[in-house]
Amino acid sequence: MNIRIVARRLLFFVLVVWAASTIVFFIPRLSPRNAIRERFGELARTGGFSPADVEKLIASMQQQFGLDKPLLEQYWQYLGNILRMDFGYSLSRYPMTVTDVIAQSLPWTIGLLLVTTVISFVLGTILGAVAAWPKAPGWLRSTATPFILLTGVPPVIMGILLLFFIGFRLKWLPLGGAYSVGIVPTWSWSFFIDLMEHQILPALSLILGSVGGWVLSMRGMGITIQGEDYVNFAEHKGLTGRRIFRDYYLRNALLPQVTGLALALGTVVTSAVVVEGLFGLPGIGTALNLAIRANDFPVIYGIVLFITIAIALLMTLLEFVYPLLDPRIRAN
Amino acid sequence: MVSLVMNSAASAKSAAPSASQPVLRVNNLEVTYYTDLGRAKALDAVSFSLKAGQKLGMVGESGSGKSTLALAMMRMIKPPGRIEGGQVIVGDTDLMSLTDEGMRAARLDKIAYIPQGAMNSLNPVMRIGAQMIDAVRSHVRGERGSAIEDRCTAALRSVDLDPGVFRMYAHELSGGMKQRVCIAIGILLRPSVIIADEPTSALDVVTQRQVMETINRVQAEINAAVILIGHDMGLMAQAVDQVAVMYAGRLVEMSSVREMFTDPKHPYSQALISSLPNLDTKGVFRGIPGLAPSLLRLPSGCAFHPRCPHGHEELQRSVRPEPVTLPGGRMVACHLYNEDGHRHG
Repeated sequence: MNIRIVARRLLFFVLVVWAASTIVFFIPRLSPRNAIRERFGELARTGGFSPADVEKLIASMQQQFGLDKPLLEQYWQYLGNILRMDFGYSLSRYPMTVTDVIAQSLPWTIGLLLVTTVISFVLGTILGAVAAWPKAPGWLRSTATPFILLTGVPPVIMGILLLFFIGFRLKWLPLGGAYSVGIVPTWSWSFFIDLMEHQILPALSLILGSVGGWVLSMRGMGITIQGEDYVNFAEHKGLTGRRIFRDYYLRNALLPQVTGLALALGTVVTSAVVVEGLFGLPGIGTALNLAIRANDFPVIYGIVLFITIAIALLMTLLEFVYPLLDPRIRAN
Repeated sequence: MVSLVMNSAASAKSAAPSASQPVLRVNNLEVTYYTDLGRAKALDAVSFSLKAGQKLGMVGESGSGKSTLALAMMRMIKPPGRIEGGQVIVGDTDLMSLTDEGMRAARLDKIAYIPQGAMNSLNPVMRIGAQMIDAVRSHVRGERGSAIEDRCTAALRSVDLDPGVFRMYAHELSGGMKQRVCIAIGILLRPSVIIADEPTSALDVVTQRQVMETINRVQAEINAAVILIGHDMGLMAQAVDQVAVMYAGRLVEMSSVREMFTDPKHPYSQALISSLPNLDTKGVFRGIPGLAPSLLRLPSGCAFHPRCPHGHEELQRSVRPEPVTLPGGRMVACHLYNEDGHRHG
């Protein structure tokens, strides 16, 4: 891969981040709502401040957040802050910064969402590949069927069902939370077990409904690839079934799957909001949920921007991985 | 440089059979496709034999069973098709009696197939070298990596390709080069039989000629029996020593290329030869009247009788002609001929 392509991809990444931050900057400023005024208005109603004092407070806050300056000047300052990964202060959890909020909740989301997405991708891809392979044993080929039946069941519904039957009725697994109440997080084996027990149901509710989609796309691709001349010729060459499966069939059928994975990563956050809320996990989804309820604009926009940057970064990385998988892309 | 291939693999093969002994014998090979519309007999009692170094051209209309024959010999008929019976004896092994694993090992080693669609027959995500190495490794155990690589580059040289192709991908090669790579793969293990299924389709005429010359050269090099499938009679005339004509799943005539072009016996072969464009009678084309029959509803008796100028007698319509060997060793399956080579009526 030559330097020009790398440069072009990186430039594109910078453009995406710039566009996203600009949109995130202007949308709240187009809105007639004023987060600071709303917040102090509430205080004034409950706390008995005099309206003049409240106006002074609002003005000083506006100044502190730089909202009294001209729009363009605010914009330049904002872009500078973005470069330093400084998204400002949280309104509802002041003096925590938005970066603090994200840093605190991110590991939970990565731990759950990224891992489950990768698990369903790998599981679905393997099951789909096997389901389309005529020489695979029948029991193995039909393993994919239950997952196909569950395709498209939203994680919320799946989560509620799992909570009700496995958590509530059978009492096999805890009903929610990241770890048991009263346990102090330590680097110990018992804490790890406890942590995992709390992750099983959320993980299952995310995995069960999404494996089927990967199975279907991989199976479809697999059937197409089997008709390709090179798979036929591989058999004429007298290769073993295992080698044809791995090098000729799987590797070629995988290419569109990887594109699908990149697209799926974009929807990870949508599921996070719902599932983390349902199971009471302290991840990005919950942080976003709380921020929306508390009108905490800096956190909302900070998280949205952070997610955009993260996904753009993943896509850019994938652009660099893809030529390794498919030599034809290297050529152009 | 040609001798490299010969030395490296000669020890693996048993001593070459004597010139008179056929290296390939196909006996009564039958293939049926069980379709929703009924049974289609794609190969019906096909028998022939070839000696080492002989080149057989297999011609016939689309759907006459040429490619089915090639796939059946490789035991690569996929459902709903089934090999119903017969023998394919290479050397002294009947391929039909082998286990699946035995047949896998025999492919490329005893009998190699050069595919029809060479354009897409190479894996786009693997280097050419890797696709040659895995072919060797699937058959030869315990050969060192460098020895395998030598064997592969020697095979590439035999088909007139630069050994640098070894490190390239399929999309970096032209159509003719891809076809040569397929030929190089076909001769990696010096098989005694090579089947080339329309190896020049989708190539321009210059490249066609080069590919045919390549096949001729490597065939002489490893002294294999070659079956060339195609419907380009002109190309056949230059490339092969024997011609077999297929019609509706049966072998209707087999003779030397000279006899076939100067004195075809079967009325279908006669029509086929006279339909060729000719410099003396330029501008006048004679096609074969009628259409190739559907295998699902074959005409009774001789399958060719509705299109045959001599086909209006009761015998033609009710009795299937069996192949007879005429004096001089030509084979023909037609009611017009008996064992003495005389025409009836």
